[in-house]
Amino acid sequence: MDRPVRDLPSPRAPGPARGERVALVDLLDRLLAGGVVITGDITISIADVDLVRISLRALIASIRPEMSRMVEADRPREPIQGVVVREDR
Amino acid sequence: MAVPEMGVYVYGVSRAPPGAAMERVGGVGGAPVQVIEDRGMVAIVSPVSLEEFGEDALRRNLEDLGWLESTARAHHAVVDAAAGHAVTVPLGLATVYRSEDRVRTALRDRREEFTEALNRITGRTEWGVKVYADLAEPVTGPEEGQKEEDAKPGTSYLRRRRVQRQTEEEARREVLMTAERIDDDLCEIAATRRLHRPQDPQLSGERGWMILNAAYLVDDGRTADFRTAVERLSGTRPEVRLQLTGPWAPYSFATEEESWTDL
Repeated sequence: MDRPVRDLPSPRAPGPARGERVALVDLLDRLLAGGVVITGDITISIADVDLVRISLRALIASIRPEMSRMVEADRPREPIQGVVVREDR
Repeated sequence: MAVPEMGVYVYGVSRAPPGAAMERVGGVGGAPVQVIEDRGMVAIVSPVSLEEFGEDALRRNLEDLGWLESTARAHHAVVDAAAGHAVTVPLGLATVYRSEDRVRTALRDRREEFTEALNRITGRTEWGVKVYADLAEPVTGPEEGQKEEDAKPGTSYLRRRRVQRQTEEEARREVLMTAERIDDDLCEIAATRRLHRPQDPQLSGERGWMILNAAYLVDDGRTADFRTAVERLSGTRPEVRLQLTGPWAPYSFATEEESWTDL
C-alpha cells in the first residue's frame, strides 16, 4: 500500500504550495532562473546574474566570514558577473 | 516634496483576469493587483515606485537578501493565486515598465510568444524534486582511527586513510548513480524536466549533500503516477532522501528549452 507523500491536491484547486509558505531557496531557484524574461523598461538580466550567491555572500560575510571560503571551494562555478540592470527609455 | 515616479510591475500573463482570486492578495509593497488587457491577453500588474524599482535602486536592492525575499514572496503570492485561477505564464522577477501603455505594447508585441508559453503549460503542473545523500562524515584526525586499531599497531594510519577514501569515493559514485536513476524514472512520467543548480546549504539549511535539484512539468492526468513514483523512489537507498515540492506555477517552464540559461 502506497503511503502518500502528501495529500494529493487537485491541480487547479488550492494545494500545498498555493498559499502555503514555501521555502525561500526553492522559490529563488524558480524566480531567478525561470519565468519569461521580457524586456521591461527597467529589467534585470537574469542570465548573467547569480543573485542567490550575491545575497548569500553578503549574508555569510555578515555572520560567518570563515564560511564563505568553504562555500566557494565547495562549489566551483562561473564567476559572479554582477547585477546587470538595463534601462530602455 | 516631489511625487515619486511610478512604474508598473508585471507578475505574469494569462488569458483570463484573475478577478476574485486577487482580492486577498497584495502585490509588491502591498499595492493592489490590477490587470492590463490587450485582445484577450491579460497582464497581472501592480504599481511600484521607481525609487525602489528604478535602475540604481534595483541594483542595490537585489543584493539585499531581506528585500529579495519580500519581493520574491510577493511575486510568488500573486503568480500562485493567478495560476490557481487560470493558466498563467510567470514573468521574471522585477519586470517593470514605465507605464500601462508600455505593458499593453509588450502584450501586443509578444502575443505569439505568450500564446506558445500558455499552450505549453496548459493542463500541466510543475513539481519539484530534491534528492539528498546523507553520507558519513569522513574521519579527519588520527585519534579516532588509533582507538579502533589499538589491537593492530602495525597498520599504518595512512593505509587505513587510503582505504577509507576509496570507500567514500565509491559511496559518492553510488549515490550519484542513484540520483540519475531517480531522474530517469521521473523523466519517463513528466512531459519535460529542468535541472536547477544544487542549493547552497547556507540558504537551504540542509546538511545532506544535494545530488539532484530538478523541476518536472507533469500532465495533470499523470500527477498520481508521478507522486507514486516519488514515493517508490524514496525507498531506493537508506542514505538517499527525496523531497517533493509543489504544485508550483510553471516558473521553470515558462520559456522554451533553447532559451534557458545554461546550468
